[in-house]
Amino acid sequence: MGKTLFDKVWAAHTVRVLPNGMTQLLIGTHLIHEVTSPQAFGMLRDLKLPVLYPQRTFATVDHIVPTDEREEPFSDSLADAMIKELRRNCAGAGIKFFDLASGKQGIVHIVGPEQGITQPGTTIACGDSHTSTHGAFGAIAFGIGTSQVRDVLATQTMALQKPKVRRIEVNGRLAPGVYAKDVILHIIRKLGVNGGLGYAYEYAGSTFDRFTQEERMTVCNMSIEGGARVGYVNPDQTTFDYLRGRPYAPSQADYDAAVTRWKSFASDPDAKYDDIVIYDAAEIGPTVTWGINPGQAIFIDETIPTPEELPEKDRSTAEEAYAHMKLRPGQPIKGTKVDVAFLGSCTNARISDLQEVAKYLQGKRIKTGVKGIVVPGSQGVAAIAESMGLADIFRLAGFEWRGAGCSMCLGMNPDKLIGDQLCASSSNRNFKGRQGSPTGRTVLMSPLMVAAAAVTGEISDAREVFGLS
Amino acid sequence: MSLAKISQIAGRGVSVPGDDVDTDRVIPARYMKCVTFDGLGEYAFYDERFGPNGQPKPHPLNEPKYAGATILLAGRNFGCGSSREHAPQALYRHGFRAVLAESFAEIFFGNSITLGMPCLVMEGRDIRALAALLAEAPQTELNIDIPNSQVSIADVSFPAKLPDHAKEALLDGKWDAIADLLEGLDAVKSTAARLPYIQAA
Repeated sequence: MGKTLFDKVWAAHTVRVLPNGMTQLLIGTHLIHEVTSPQAFGMLRDLKLPVLYPQRTFATVDHIVPTDEREEPFSDSLADAMIKELRRNCAGAGIKFFDLASGKQGIVHIVGPEQGITQPGTTIACGDSHTSTHGAFGAIAFGIGTSQVRDVLATQTMALQKPKVRRIEVNGRLAPGVYAKDVILHIIRKLGVNGGLGYAYEYAGSTFDRFTQEERMTVCNMSIEGGARVGYVNPDQTTFDYLRGRPYAPSQADYDAAVTRWKSFASDPDAKYDDIVIYDAAEIGPTVTWGINPGQAIFIDETIPTPEELPEKDRSTAEEAYAHMKLRPGQPIKGTKVDVAFLGSCTNARISDLQEVAKYLQGKRIKTGVKGIVVPGSQGVAAIAESMGLADIFRLAGFEWRGAGCSMCLGMNPDKLIGDQLCASSSNRNFKGRQGSPTGRTVLMSPLMVAAAAVTGEISDAREVFGLS
Repeated sequence: MSLAKISQIAGRGVSVPGDDVDTDRVIPARYMKCVTFDGLGEYAFYDERFGPNGQPKPHPLNEPKYAGATILLAGRNFGCGSSREHAPQALYRHGFRAVLAESFAEIFFGNSITLGMPCLVMEGRDIRALAALLAEAPQTELNIDIPNSQVSIADVSFPAKLPDHAKEALLDGKWDAIADLLEGLDAVKSTAARLPYIQAA
């Protein structure tokens, strides 16, 4: 009987079975940032424990770093203190820190792949639920809490219960104007925000085979939004080509051996899955959320569902969503006025996202009264975008071009919605209050749809705004 | 490190409304600008409980009749979203010692067990029945019986579910895994030695 990639990676990293039946799993690569790590270092100090493998932890700052102010001390003294704390903790333990001055700082889930730290057949953990992003390389990557950050620092392991594996196949070609973001929003809409509970998601099928590495990252990123802690794509030539030559990837001399090893982790053709679902790419349209969780999503040309159109169990959350979003059931979402357009986040702030938008935005202006900000995912992405002239296209269109970080995805830095502003956002969560204002409203969509909303001042079909067909 | 063995939890309860309550709602991100978890308790459900100028909103946690409740009741998929341990830390520091819900998001569940705050799954109708009883008689104590996976109030009992590994960890006083993990360090090193990407560094 064949095995899945998940089974193989799990087996290779199993240290032992603990007395309570959980597995002590080796975490080969650990990523940390300023918000969920300081307490973990504090716990280590209390327990008088050293960092076991400092060379297997990598750090950067992303969650609270300002994107329009790069000189320290930052005006937010709490943010300033947290960044300095991380710097001190990394220096003390001998952990590599992609600091602000390194030219390599950025959102942790963008920095890992960019530096070639994220590799197939590995286990990765980070105190952030979007760690599933790294699964795009055929890694098993877990979002963890702070006590587990401590566990990984002290023992390079965590206690875990093995999940089941669901294969999600998407086959066929996406229509023009339909992107990886729409694929994952569609999957979450179909399977529900808790449909993945107890599962790892394996994304497969010809749509994924054709996807670039960056598109795969967009999908894996939002696995957690469907309730699955882990999501992955089997590694292939696209993966190997992406990694070649990156700073932490195997050297040229070791590369062929590494590729052979990486290939061996891919799921076997006769692998057994706990569940399989199959979707047709042709059925997926540009998707936007209308509610307060990522499963409350519709195609741009659909109307906001009425309670009667929804299963009984979803109705109370829908009522809560209509009230918070100030949207009326049965109405089109298209045409809803937009106050802010946010292009950024670990979901959609890679160079290919910015390239795709810039291609259509050239020569256009964002609507007067709309605040548009572009926050590149990393300093690396920003540098490429500057050199390609993309940054200028955004600036000329009226967008603010910012420094790298998480920014308005979670509103921990000064980039926040004000009052009940409505934001067309390329990020991953439309929870109440997520973008920094308790009454702020978030509509999730692909980067090009964000640009379309910015240009028209309302939620729009990018295919019409930019003439795609 | 010796931890308390958690077998029975008794206390008054309070029910918070809604399904898919995410950890951003349990603790808004702006309160995560801290290098310790101390003091998070007062910010639990902050934006649900207070308006923009700090004025209280109608919320069960603001009702005097539920003051001092130590058992939280919730709906489906409680604790979804962000992996922030700040969420269960805020609940624990607010005074909660257990959560009963129709279902839990996985990361929240694990983070809570690690704090010794059990999360038990119950049928929706049973949660609603408990909430109705509490609304009538908020001073009534709930009893959570971990070994028998049961929640009782007055003379009524309801079944509750807790996975075996979590049950065992709580009953043995091993809900924080660090001691077990440290015992395996030799095996950790030999496993790491077999993995080229770890050795290459």
